[in-house]
Amino acid sequence: MNPFIHELIAHYNQWITIFLMVSGLYIVIAKDNMVKKLVGLSLFQTSVYLLYISPGKILGGTPPIMDPKFSVYSNPLPHVLILTAIVVGVATLALGLALVVRINEAYGTIEEDEIFARGEEE
Amino acid sequence: MSSSQLPALQVVLPLLGAVICAFLRRGTLAWGVALCVTWTMPVIALSMLWQVLATGPISYAMGGWAPPWGIEYRVDMLSGFVLFLVSGVAAVIIPFARKSIATEIDSTRQAWFYTMYLLSLCGLLGITITGDAFNVFVFLEISSLSTYVMIALGRDRRALLAAYQYLIVGTIGATFYVLGVGILYSLTGSLNMVDISSRLGELGFQPPVLAAVAFLFVGISLKLALFPLHSWLPGAYAYAPSFATAFLAASATKVAVYLLVRYFFSVFSVSQIFEGLPVSEILIVLSVAGMIGASLVAVFQEDVKRMLAYSSVAQIGYMTLGIGLANKQGLTGGIVHLFNHAITKAALFLAVGAIVYRMKTCKIDDFAGLGRRMPLTMGVFVLAGLSIIGTPGTAGFVSKWFLAVGALEEGWWWLVAIVMVSSLISVVYIGRVIEIAWFREAKPIADNAREPPASMLLPMLFLAGCVVYFGFATSMSAGYASKAAAHLLGAEQAIEVPAAAGTKQ
Amino acid sequence: MTPSELIIAALLIPVFAAIFIPLASAAPNLREGITLTATVLLLVTVLQLLQLVLNGEQPEWTGLEIAPGLALAFKIEPLGMLFALVASSLWIVNSLYSIGYMRGNNEPRQTSFYICFAIAIASTIGIAFAKNLFTLFLFYEILTLSTYPLVTHKATEEAINGGRVYLLLLLGTSMVLLLPAIIATWVIGGTADFTPGGILAGKADGLTLGVLLAVYIFGIGKAAVMPFHFWLPAAMVAPTPVSALLHAVAVVKAGVFSVVKVVVYVFGIETLSTSGHAGWLVYVAGATVLIASIVALRQDNLKKRLAYSTVSQLSYVVLGAAILTPISVVGATLHIAAHAVSKITLFFAAGSIYTASHLTEVSQLNGIGRRMPWTMGAFAVGALSMIGLPPTAGFLGKWYMLSGAASTGQWVAVGVIMASTVLNAAYFLPVVYAAFWRPPDGEAAEHNHGEAPWPMVAALTATAVATVVLFLMPGVPLTLANMMVGR
Repeated sequence: MNPFIHELIAHYNQWITIFLMVSGLYIVIAKDNMVKKLVGLSLFQTSVYLLYISPGKILGGTPPIMDPKFSVYSNPLPHVLILTAIVVGVATLALGLALVVRINEAYGTIEEDEIFARGEEE
Repeated sequence: MSSSQLPALQVVLPLLGAVICAFLRRGTLAWGVALCVTWTMPVIALSMLWQVLATGPISYAMGGWAPPWGIEYRVDMLSGFVLFLVSGVAAVIIPFARKSIATEIDSTRQAWFYTMYLLSLCGLLGITITGDAFNVFVFLEISSLSTYVMIALGRDRRALLAAYQYLIVGTIGATFYVLGVGILYSLTGSLNMVDISSRLGELGFQPPVLAAVAFLFVGISLKLALFPLHSWLPGAYAYAPSFATAFLAASATKVAVYLLVRYFFSVFSVSQIFEGLPVSEILIVLSVAGMIGASLVAVFQEDVKRMLAYSSVAQIGYMTLGIGLANKQGLTGGIVHLFNHAITKAALFLAVGAIVYRMKTCKIDDFAGLGRRMPLTMGVFVLAGLSIIGTPGTAGFVSKWFLAVGALEEGWWWLVAIVMVSSLISVVYIGRVIEIAWFREAKPIADNAREPPASMLLPMLFLAGCVVYFGFATSMSAGYASKAAAHLLGAEQAIEVPAAAGTKQ
Repeated sequence: MTPSELIIAALLIPVFAAIFIPLASAAPNLREGITLTATVLLLVTVLQLLQLVLNGEQPEWTGLEIAPGLALAFKIEPLGMLFALVASSLWIVNSLYSIGYMRGNNEPRQTSFYICFAIAIASTIGIAFAKNLFTLFLFYEILTLSTYPLVTHKATEEAINGGRVYLLLLLGTSMVLLLPAIIATWVIGGTADFTPGGILAGKADGLTLGVLLAVYIFGIGKAAVMPFHFWLPAAMVAPTPVSALLHAVAVVKAGVFSVVKVVVYVFGIETLSTSGHAGWLVYVAGATVLIASIVALRQDNLKKRLAYSTVSQLSYVVLGAAILTPISVVGATLHIAAHAVSKITLFFAAGSIYTASHLTEVSQLNGIGRRMPWTMGAFAVGALSMIGLPPTAGFLGKWYMLSGAASTGQWVAVGVIMASTVLNAAYFLPVVYAAFWRPPDGEAAEHNHGEAPWPMVAALTATAVATVVLFLMPGVPLTLANMMVGR
């Protein structure tokens, strides 16, 4: 049992990533409420952030500011990439919410099953 | 402007144009800006393409930072071809937008539409030109987000739903893509595609590489609308403004196919993907399912845009089939179909857009009698429809030929039969529209129907002419695709020559 | 003009007709004049090319390559020359007849009719002169597409349904069977150019050849080999000039022409006969001949009876090719020409009867020979040719095919030919008999409607005469056929 628990604890960041990814996807698929879907989507995107950033931290590394006292630095590139991804995520969330507002105006509801139950008019 | 800055200009000009349009109030003015920007795009793409043909791939370091630390823009045979395709088709169809958008979108929002269009163009061109894996994600999201807005600007309230659904699916796809890139980054330590490729070669085949392939494949396939990940496409094409549909149908999925080819052949190696993994089988099965399934669904559609959307899913199956065959003829067929389908679908959606402009409807039953009232428009529809069917003398036949030869070279005659059966099904859905247009009496709704204005008619006719032209003069389309395919398959595969084919190249 | 220029001229004359006809749509006489001028010019061009071919030349023209080794190209060999000759000479007669018919019946949309006709002729010439399978396939498909508006000309529910069967069956067979066969030929044989002795000679084993032959034969739907013959009776909803075009001038002839071309130039007569897997074709063709004749016996609608007769006669040509001796292939080739002139006569007569008296069923035709002597006389000549009796052209092809079959001991083929002769007599002679020797009955007999308009009668007389002349002077067709098989 020991090696398994060791695996579990050593890669806890990966496990959290997987948990977020799967739960985010589940919410997107299973929930009918459009805002909840967007929440799930954001959760899903967050798992990616973790996947990038967590390997970037080098054990015993300092923030990447050059200083003669330190020789081991954490990797700054994942942070840069994830900042971009966060911006993208925010933009997507904003757009998604704006669409939900407009859909609410147009249909009077934001539950997908209700909208589909109305069928295709025209 | 020195020619060495062209790669950056290809992306920066539409971006600037989008910003300018965002400040404009009048739709026509915004269209003017979009027109000017769009018309410079193929010029830039073409000059880069000529340079590539003369001296080999162009490598441009964005901001002067050398790769692999900086972002590299890389124009080689395949990306140059796709760049020219996207920018060329956009340049041909942009005149169509002025009247079409003016009637389909509120006057307060037209400038925003052109802003989104230019952003989308910027994103698509960026995906094609960049050589950095993460940069692809950025441009992917730029183009996707602006596309969601473009779709949402459609008149019908179902456009909002379609945009929302596309947003959900598209974001999942992009996120899968970036997951794949993340795994590749942690494996190789680099984001530059060429660099990743060389470092992957040393790694061999480990489970993380498999995971990366899987994530990338699914992510790109969602954007590609590969069956069964195509559910967003019919709604998006059906309810978006007609010009947006024409633009998207001709470019968005094609760029996604380009991305798939780029990853499978340039980043990973042919031996890794096609020999080590069952990717070939998966692609072929899914392509076949898409070709037959989507064509069958298209037969039963009431709305012509939805019908053409399902037709697109089927045609995308042709492209992925070519990739799945992974031999020179098959890959040539897939790449040339990128080109042929883009011009064909653009022509079809422009014809439909013209009908919507005149009659405000796109139900197939309302097309009754249009053969006589709008003969040129329906003529374009018929010609492009024949290309979808793959009649000889049209561009679609050329792609089918190469695909079938590629399949037969592997000995898969049943695959050839399936491709032909899907073409037969397309006879039914195209034939239905033709029957209704010519053999039924016109309805009252068609009282206003006459040919659209010249700004809409000329792009259509030009594209229809291209469809026939590239059915015969294939040196620019198939000849080029063939060279690109050979280049992609490279030294990995010995050039396949069937035993008795003395007269082939 | 140089030979290659003549080829292009032959193709472009009907195309230019198709372009100028709509410009003259307001002036019917001018419009018809354009058609007739084009027909004469085409025949002149074809005759000039005939001179060259009879001297042993093979004019050619090569155009753009659409794929490496696959170009749009033309090359005239004897079989193609014969087909072009038949098509161009019959176009003149058919146009004359069309003018009479369309005006006599006050048909609508005449302009689009003549345009599609011209395009169909252009594609026929393209098929005849094709140098390779791609060019053949291109014009074959254009022929299907350009005849679709002709088949659905009447625009009634029946016509639309008939058009659907026509289009789906022909496009289906060509796309699902013929095109893969062509591609397979290209992959196995390395070229798509028609080669004397066959592209596939020595390149594939017997079973592959047999299967490929089957795919070709069933893929060439225009040859109406059962079970892909349904489009022919379905296309009877078309106006009679179109039926004449379909059955005599262009469409079915393109089908059997392609069959003979494939047998001789893609496979090679020698290759097939030694492959051991081509024998089934005799049975399939023979079955079609007999079954179609039996069905024809039971048809009361005159055009339907003629349609099934065509199905049967087309398989004569396929049978002649299937017997796989040079003499029988000569017979098959001759029959292409003989059937063309005879069938067009019969269809002209049927249309003439309809225009004059509005009768369509065989049972209504008692005594009509008295009122329409020229028409029924021509019908009788055509019928004799179908049965295959001298002094009509139909006898020639049959004779050669019988010789070929008997010389190689293929008694099944001999039996089929004999049996079908009897069947043909059984469904044609009663019509002739009833027309001349039965007293008229029904209200149609009350008024003497006389003959059909003179252009129609002139046309059918001309083709009836041609049927006899072809028997008496088979020089040119026979020479060409012999040249093809190298005798």
